[in-house]
Amino acid sequence: MANTAIVVDESKQGAWAGGTAPMKASYGKLMMWFFLLSDAFTFSALLITYGLIRFSHPAYEGTIADFKFSQEYWPIPEKVFEAVPFLHGMELPLVFVGIMTFILILSSVTMVLAVEAGARMDRKGVEKWMLWTILGGLTFLGCQAWEWSHFIHGTDISKNLEGVFQGAGLTYNQYGPPNFAALFFFITGFHGFHVFSGVVINFIIFYQAMVGIFEKRGHYEMVEKVGLYWHFVDLVWVFVFTFFYLI
Amino acid sequence: MEQQTSQVQVQPVDKKKIQKIWRVAGILGAITAVEFIIAFTIGAGTAKTFLFIALTIWKAFYIVSEFMHLGHEKRSLKMSILLPTLFIIFLIFIMMYQGSAIYDALNG
Repeated sequence: MANTAIVVDESKQGAWAGGTAPMKASYGKLMMWFFLLSDAFTFSALLITYGLIRFSHPAYEGTIADFKFSQEYWPIPEKVFEAVPFLHGMELPLVFVGIMTFILILSSVTMVLAVEAGARMDRKGVEKWMLWTILGGLTFLGCQAWEWSHFIHGTDISKNLEGVFQGAGLTYNQYGPPNFAALFFFITGFHGFHVFSGVVINFIIFYQAMVGIFEKRGHYEMVEKVGLYWHFVDLVWVFVFTFFYLI
Repeated sequence: MEQQTSQVQVQPVDKKKIQKIWRVAGILGAITAVEFIIAFTIGAGTAKTFLFIALTIWKAFYIVSEFMHLGHEKRSLKMSILLPTLFIIFLIFIMMYQGSAIYDALNG
């Protein structure tokens, strides 16, 4: 067959024949999208596990006003997460997580603005908005550290009671079945670690923009890719907020 | 070797684009505020749960479509990201079913 001529009909070669970017996105951006898809599977698995374990425990039946923590049934989240820093002893259900949600959404907005500035080759704009994004991420992490600390140390109610476990650990907690605290640590911890790595990556990009690496390169696509990751972290928090704190 | 560009031209700001970003941010904030109000006004039940899930998906749509720009990508890219998430919906149903089965086995 060595002498057979191969005729290539070029008119039939479409966008997928090679040499072009058929999805009009660079390799790096596509790989970031597929990584995020796999990460979405991981987080869904965790949240669905929460649903499965919650469904396999008895639910609290009765009015919210009479609710008491017990190992017998799953707690109502708004009774667990009701503390706000500097407002000791006040019952402000879900206020603090609400604030955390707003902080993360705002830092997502500043990230969009950084990407937009990058598209215009505006180095000053990228620096300014990346810095705001990093600040938002750090604030969120600080809030989460406070929330964890409060969750672990426990509420005042249990302090004066005999024979009641105070606070939360991996084996027992004052709020409900042991799995409740275990899932809290796992899910918010895994998300918090994503926020932490996001802040580190954002800082690297901020630094690279500052020293002019992207300006030399001629485009700010790295800001866009990291932006995708940062928005994803925000997206996951939207789901964690609903399925862990609201429902 | 990376290409070197000697002159960098900063393009002017497109006011409409910036306005749209803040408008989406406003919508996300408003939906979160509504979720917050619902949490304290409507009694627990299936209706409340479904309302929360609907609002969450609405928020997720804005984040993915506008902030992550997926709404403006090519159709093939959109589909290759969105279609695999159907597996998640499948997993939700089988695992919720399994959860109730475990409950029945333990308490039935």
